Amino acid sequence: MIENIRLSFQGIWSHKLRSVLTMLGIIIGIAAIISIVSTIKGTNEQIKQNLIGAGNNVVQVQLYHTDYDYTYEVGNEGIPAGVPVVSDDVFDAVLALDHVESAALYNRRIDYNNAFYFGNNQLNGCEVYGVDNGYFSTCGFVVRAGRSFVPSDLSAFRPVALVDRDTAKALFEGEDPVGQTIEFNGVALVVVGVVDKDTRFDPVMETVDDYYTYMQQESSGKVFVPKSIWPSLFAYDEPLELAVRADSPEAMSLVGRDAAELMNTGVTNENIVYRAEDTMQTVKDLQDLSNATNQQLIWIASISLLVGGIGVMNIMLVSVTERTREIGLKKALGARKSRILWQFLTEAAVLTSLGGLLGVGAGVGLAELISRITQAPVALSVPFMLLAVVFSMAIGILFGLLPSIQAANLNPIDALRHE
Amino acid sequence: MKMLELRDICKTYAQGKLEVPVLRNITLSVEEGEYLAIMGPSGSGKTTLMNIIGCLDSPTSGEYLLAGEDLARQNDKRLSQVRLGSIGFVFQNFYLLPRQSALENVALPLLYAGVRKRQRLEIAHSALERVGLGDRAHFKPTQLSGGQCQRVAIARAIVNDPKVLLADEPTGALDTASGEQIMEIFQRLNDEGVTIVMITHEADIARHAHRTLHLRDGQLVDGPLRPVPAVQEDLEDGSVPGEEAQLP
Repeated sequence: MIENIRLSFQGIWSHKLRSVLTMLGIIIGIAAIISIVSTIKGTNEQIKQNLIGAGNNVVQVQLYHTDYDYTYEVGNEGIPAGVPVVSDDVFDAVLALDHVESAALYNRRIDYNNAFYFGNNQLNGCEVYGVDNGYFSTCGFVVRAGRSFVPSDLSAFRPVALVDRDTAKALFEGEDPVGQTIEFNGVALVVVGVVDKDTRFDPVMETVDDYYTYMQQESSGKVFVPKSIWPSLFAYDEPLELAVRADSPEAMSLVGRDAAELMNTGVTNENIVYRAEDTMQTVKDLQDLSNATNQQLIWIASISLLVGGIGVMNIMLVSVTERTREIGLKKALGARKSRILWQFLTEAAVLTSLGGLLGVGAGVGLAELISRITQAPVALSVPFMLLAVVFSMAIGILFGLLPSIQAANLNPIDALRHE
Repeated sequence: MKMLELRDICKTYAQGKLEVPVLRNITLSVEEGEYLAIMGPSGSGKTTLMNIIGCLDSPTSGEYLLAGEDLARQNDKRLSQVRLGSIGFVFQNFYLLPRQSALENVALPLLYAGVRKRQRLEIAHSALERVGLGDRAHFKPTQLSGGQCQRVAIARAIVNDPKVLLADEPTGALDTASGEQIMEIFQRLNDEGVTIVMITHEADIARHAHRTLHLRDGQLVDGPLRPVPAVQEDLEDGSVPGEEAQLP
């Protein structure tokens, strides 16, 4: 076998131009498929990253309407009946779940009725959060300026607030927010710091569709107040939401489902229910959509492989005719049919495998080029490249079969006499 | 002991509806260690006879025994084994693989016999030494003269220690001096006990054999009916002395 492979390389090397031309169909086909697959994979990775964020693995468990797919907004719809405040026991049970790293309960409202004021500046439609410090660590917020909440902020019911960067920009217009006083619903709040997502992950967006896909939950800005002063801004006993951090993106769905189930134990209202947004499911749905469109491209590229295979068969037939005397001689020296068959099959397989390798190289280059030109993300898959080479080899064996059988069945006398 | 035994061998080729008899009732036997020459003009069927002896072709009828084994009606697999183990071929045009070195050409039958690479090269080298080309082992056929090419081909034929060495016009493509060299090698191999069957149309070459048989129109005859000058035969064969013929 090794001898056959050595002979094949010798043959390919002695007919360089012909070999390259023969391989061209395979090279083009494999290159096309590799670049398409890399682009698909890149797009999928991007979808996943955009939706999950950079390694945050945080699942939000929120109240949803049971009859339609929207969150229950306390700000608009009022405090629901039959939804008790989540008890400490439930919270402990959530923390005890497998794959849970940390969790935090918090209040949240999008308040369209009241605005935040700083001097004459006004910010509407803010998301207001009632939180403790556990929230920031769970969701991956860090303090960019000023300080975070301290335990005494919560215990002493201090009217303090943290703002995120969007709010800081919109409300303070370049002034340092730390130490300033803002007003909300008749309550004066002192801004003690600016917080921001630790790995501020900006989804890559190229179209308006992307914007709606990735940014639908976002609002104009976030303001955080200590959980303890929430009732003074809004009301007592508002239903809580939960942020829970899983230890891996794969565990997010499971953790979200289990946490929601625990929180639903006391809920008697049939119209609303705690539910986790299943990010992984959304990721999968979007990926399936992008796969479906790209899969058709792979089929088209496969046609090139078919054409390449036929080219290989053609050249192998020529090669058999050319080497008729060599085949006759080998048979006269005692080579069995199977040996002649394997010699030519090996040659075809080596030829197409080499083509496959070159095709993978060209495909990687092409994928890089596509990503440079169109900004489309590209992710290379090594197992798929190996598969591509193996597949090229299989093409060689398939299309080399007919010429090889022809060679093996040559009559040695006729073959020796062949001019 | 009889090495080769042919009884009533007939070979007929079908040309369309016409049946052309090429060999007619050939009966001959060759003893072990014998050196036999078969002479005959072109078209006398001597190459067909050699193909049958060499297991490249099967007779239409008759019996053919090699070392006591009936080979007239064997399958391709068995015939390949016989060609590999019991028969060594020497062709008029050498048929060496042009891209392989002399050593690799000689080692080829050993590859088919499943000998390991190291051993293969060792045995091939000693075979090259037997024909006096030990120092040319790594030359390509294109770098060798016609006589040297034929000696490489002889080394290839004897590398498996065959029972019979079959030579089809071994000097046909060589000049007289190279031809004599080849004959010396044949003589030495025969002295070492190799049975040789040689086909030729040159009386000078046939002279080296112990026994000469004459083939005419597919039949063995007692002697040359009409001696023909050797020079004219050379031209008739279409070959030029000293010409190097190789595989593409």
